[in-house]
Amino acid sequence: MRIVIVDYGSGNLHSAHKALERAARQLDRAEIFVTSEPEVIRSADRVVLPGVGAFADCKLGLSSVSGLTSALEDVVIRAGRPFLGICVGMQLLASVGLEHKTTLGLGWIDGAVLPITPNDPSLRIPHMGWNTLKVHREHDLLRGIPLGDHGRHAYFVHSFHFKPDAAEAILAGTEYGGEIAAIVAQDNIAGSQFHPEKSQQLGLAFLENFLRWRP
Amino acid sequence: MLKARVIPCLDVKDGRVVKGVNFVDLRDAGDPVDCAMVYDKAGADELCFLDITASHEDRGILFDVVKRTAEACFMPLTVGGGVRSVDDIRKLLLAGADKVSIMTAAVANRDFVREAAEKFGSQCIVVAIDAKQVSPGKWEIFTHGGRKETGIDAVAYAKEVAALGAGELLLTSMDRDGTKTGFDISLVRAVADRVKIPLIASGGVGSLDHLVEGIRDGHATAVLAASIFHFGEFTIREAKEYMARAGLPMRMD
Repeated sequence: MRIVIVDYGSGNLHSAHKALERAARQLDRAEIFVTSEPEVIRSADRVVLPGVGAFADCKLGLSSVSGLTSALEDVVIRAGRPFLGICVGMQLLASVGLEHKTTLGLGWIDGAVLPITPNDPSLRIPHMGWNTLKVHREHDLLRGIPLGDHGRHAYFVHSFHFKPDAAEAILAGTEYGGEIAAIVAQDNIAGSQFHPEKSQQLGLAFLENFLRWRP
Repeated sequence: MLKARVIPCLDVKDGRVVKGVNFVDLRDAGDPVDCAMVYDKAGADELCFLDITASHEDRGILFDVVKRTAEACFMPLTVGGGVRSVDDIRKLLLAGADKVSIMTAAVANRDFVREAAEKFGSQCIVVAIDAKQVSPGKWEIFTHGGRKETGIDAVAYAKEVAALGAGELLLTSMDRDGTKTGFDISLVRAVADRVKIPLIASGGVGSLDHLVEGIRDGHATAVLAASIFHFGEFTIREAKEYMARAGLPMRMD
């Protein structure tokens, strides 16, 4: 299995790489590539798009690598390979992001990226730390992970959140003065707002599920 | 529900943990990576490295320590100490730090906070504030380990750096640091109640009650401690169980 982590100048790919390497230990012949080369991306069996920082910067980073977006569309949309976006990489799935200015996203899952506006004014922004997940629907990506109020925690750090137009796109949410999408999925495309590479047991189990996922 | 965080902090000098850590099952108590792995397994919510390497030239060792830690621990890591430029931040983030804490450089040039937050995102910029009480209800910023006064009001400064894009504050009472007499709760609360960003309370932890007080009375979102964990007085798990029994929301994964 060829796992490709897309490198477009957005921060820390090292942690995502190492966590995927750990999650892939259970699998036969998994190879991980960290690359921005369109041809390598097209050859992927699984694609991971990390992202930290601001939505507009990340989108600009993607667009400024020649041929990158069309390679992603080929492998994910046309060839239907499983895709995982992490944090801003997940937010980029949206049609549009409203961080600082209005920026078009990849538009693979309809919806918008909006500022977190907790209904409890004592809650601080960024939403930073460990939070539990509430399952909306059963899914292979969640298999075997104890979730809910007494389940495992995921590590979040973000000030904006992805609000898909279709509620069915949300696999799991998290509570922070209102619900925030924690995991989205549609067909072969998935994304996590939290950082699986920083979420200890939950994170490694989630990544392993992604590597075994057959959408 | 979002949980309160417990963060052990390791002082690192020339790639080695200063003062050492007294644990069982530790191969090398002076190796920051080994210590990090122990805290990872023990359920620490984050880890903090404070680099106190004197020479800027020797900082290559720190990047290697951060890199090796990120390879072994899948938990959030904050690194601070001697961070002076955008390039320092970039190198630490690329090595695997999730957040970088800046102190003296931010005091000297407030614009550095804005520049760093714009470049890397607020989520990874922690501003560290070392404060000392100068009169009742008034604290000022000190740098150079508390030796150098700046005359800057700590609460006003906290508000200012939050507005400039800091994603979190690491607030240390220089009056309490190393005393094991507990946080300066009035300082923690004075700052926490005036900013809308997360705040880590630091300086003075000597008992598990102190950790509870930092969250419950100081309104901090996280508590940082060093010696009570390093010398094996309490495990991270004991601390978190104690805090949970006191009614605080804790992660017990």
